[in-house]
Amino acid sequence: MEDLTLLLGFAGIFAFSAPLIFAVVGETLIERAGIVNLAVNGTILLTAMAGFAVAARTGSLVLGFLVGALIGAAVAWLIAFSSITLKQSQVAIGFVLTLLTRDLAYFLGNPYMGLAGPRLPSWHFPLLKDVPFLGILFFQHDWMTYLSYLVIFLGWWWIFHTRPGLILQGIGERPAAAYARGTDVNRLRYLYSVVGGALIGLAGPTYSLSVKAGWKGTISGLDGLGWIALSITIFGGWNPLRAAFGVYLFGFLQWLGLVLQPRLPGIPSQVLQVAPFPLMILTLLLVNIGNAEWVERTLAALPDRWRHFLKRLLRALRANPPASLGVPFEPE
Amino acid sequence: MKREQIGLSLGLRLLAILLALLFTVMVLLLSGAPPLEAFRQIVLGAFGSYKRFTDVLVSWVPLLLVSSGLLITFTAGLWNIGIEGQITLGAIATTWALRLLQDSTLPPALSLLLATLAGMLGGAIWALLAGALKTFGGVNEIFGGLGLNFVATALTLWLIFGPWKRPGIGSMSGTEPFPQALWLPVLPGLRLSLWALVPGLLAWGMVFLLLSNTYFGLRLKAVGKNLRAAYLLGVPTWQHMMLAFLLCGALGGLAGSFQVTAVYHRLIPAISSGYGYLGLLVAMLVNFQTLWVAPVAFFFAALNLGSIQLPIVLKLDSSLSGVIQGVLVLFVLLLDGVRRRMERG
Repeated sequence: MEDLTLLLGFAGIFAFSAPLIFAVVGETLIERAGIVNLAVNGTILLTAMAGFAVAARTGSLVLGFLVGALIGAAVAWLIAFSSITLKQSQVAIGFVLTLLTRDLAYFLGNPYMGLAGPRLPSWHFPLLKDVPFLGILFFQHDWMTYLSYLVIFLGWWWIFHTRPGLILQGIGERPAAAYARGTDVNRLRYLYSVVGGALIGLAGPTYSLSVKAGWKGTISGLDGLGWIALSITIFGGWNPLRAAFGVYLFGFLQWLGLVLQPRLPGIPSQVLQVAPFPLMILTLLLVNIGNAEWVERTLAALPDRWRHFLKRLLRALRANPPASLGVPFEPE
Repeated sequence: MKREQIGLSLGLRLLAILLALLFTVMVLLLSGAPPLEAFRQIVLGAFGSYKRFTDVLVSWVPLLLVSSGLLITFTAGLWNIGIEGQITLGAIATTWALRLLQDSTLPPALSLLLATLAGMLGGAIWALLAGALKTFGGVNEIFGGLGLNFVATALTLWLIFGPWKRPGIGSMSGTEPFPQALWLPVLPGLRLSLWALVPGLLAWGMVFLLLSNTYFGLRLKAVGKNLRAAYLLGVPTWQHMMLAFLLCGALGGLAGSFQVTAVYHRLIPAISSGYGYLGLLVAMLVNFQTLWVAPVAFFFAALNLGSIQLPIVLKLDSSLSGVIQGVLVLFVLLLDGVRRRMERG
């Protein structure tokens, strides 16, 4: 009995992580193309609200998810448009949009606060659901969870094992070289922005129509998750597989916090709720610190055995962004 | 700048305001609210009486301080999103100092002065933390600062519900209010304190002088415009970045400090009230022109205050002010891009 509860708890992590998977893989695609979409946090809030509102009004779940994807794509398109066509700062536009979409979510979502609405039913995968252990862990969820598995592998396969994926890597690393080989760099950047944005836009409805059903305004507990998604994209080294590992690790730690909370009465629940954020700083520190010059100097002064170990550790953790991330490209 | 360029620039600004208004009207219609009535309520809420107008000035002070500080970091090419946490830490440090000093024999004026300095120090330390994460840890200041904002919020909640809780039980209403002797004096019958307003204006003026008239400001610009070139020319780059963080953090801390000593007289959970993020919008909107900080910050403060009326009168969420502010900055940035495109031909 105890074991089953534990197993169900673990299984919950995979369902609960589905929205972040969409957001992180979407952002990875956009950043691989060389553009930073900083509006993830607001996009998740607005799409969660809009997806729920549309589904509640029309009774159609599909429409709710569709609206989410459309909004996500539109926001990402606007960032691409202002950075590629209007040559404005991606960070500035992204930041404004993340605040604007958040306030729009709260303002327009006001009448839908706390309303009852439709929820994605769970759908157990035939045959696979009965595999001992793994069945409960992976295959007794809903469609969006299964889609999240697919998105991880498709994203990974696309980037690293297809020709268009190779070109995608090229436009993020050395756009000039890709351009010389006949690639329309900026058109592809638009394309990946829209596709990645649509994926990010699925994250919101996956929360509001599945894992955290409903819209509760500022207390929905969704504010901040977009920033977590952005940092996991970095932690994941712009690789969907490693990023997915990051998302599940994050989910596991959150679950652990929930389980341990009753045993740590001294810590108020509000503090545990923000525990992910120091964790976020720490992981970013770990993946970036290997690039710092003073670390290299310090390492050189250490005895050999330690140095080799630490060097290997830092190299394994290190994540290098696409070389032209955030740099506009002008074909001349 | 040629005359027609100034004309174009001005015309596009007006167009941006018009588009922002149009967008807001659409949002209001979408939520089934009467747009004109909503705007009327906002104007009434901000300027309906002399008292309301002075209330706008009350929220103008932190916004002025924060936006001025952010111009320093923007000039150095830094996105100090951690400003929100720096305000919070300023408030926490001030509360800490006042708690220590309230039972001492020091004259209240001295206690307040020390507490204010503690607040500036608290904000500066929190900013230096984000700066150190960037310069020594390679953590982008956007993510480092954002993480630290959430940590600051957690710290506030922990203090309010833990060590600093009210006698009996801690609550979301904050810590026990300080005795009136430790409040910054306000104008009779109003919430406005000249002891906060004047330093706010002074800080704005000093930032203007610092950025436009000093060698330090010039070097900061060099660091912000081209880090590598500045370094090669012998400007100590990381030191300048840290100094920019320190100054901005101190001003943010001062804003948080005034929230405690002049407005709430205690520590409350949402002590920073989103002034940090709003300050970033102001700083983006004025585009490095320090003089414009005051009017733009005033306009934003008026929007904030005016929209408090909305939930009461029209059952609308007060986040409408955020929508107006955000969409205004968005259109200004977009049309600025359009202008540059037109100038390139």
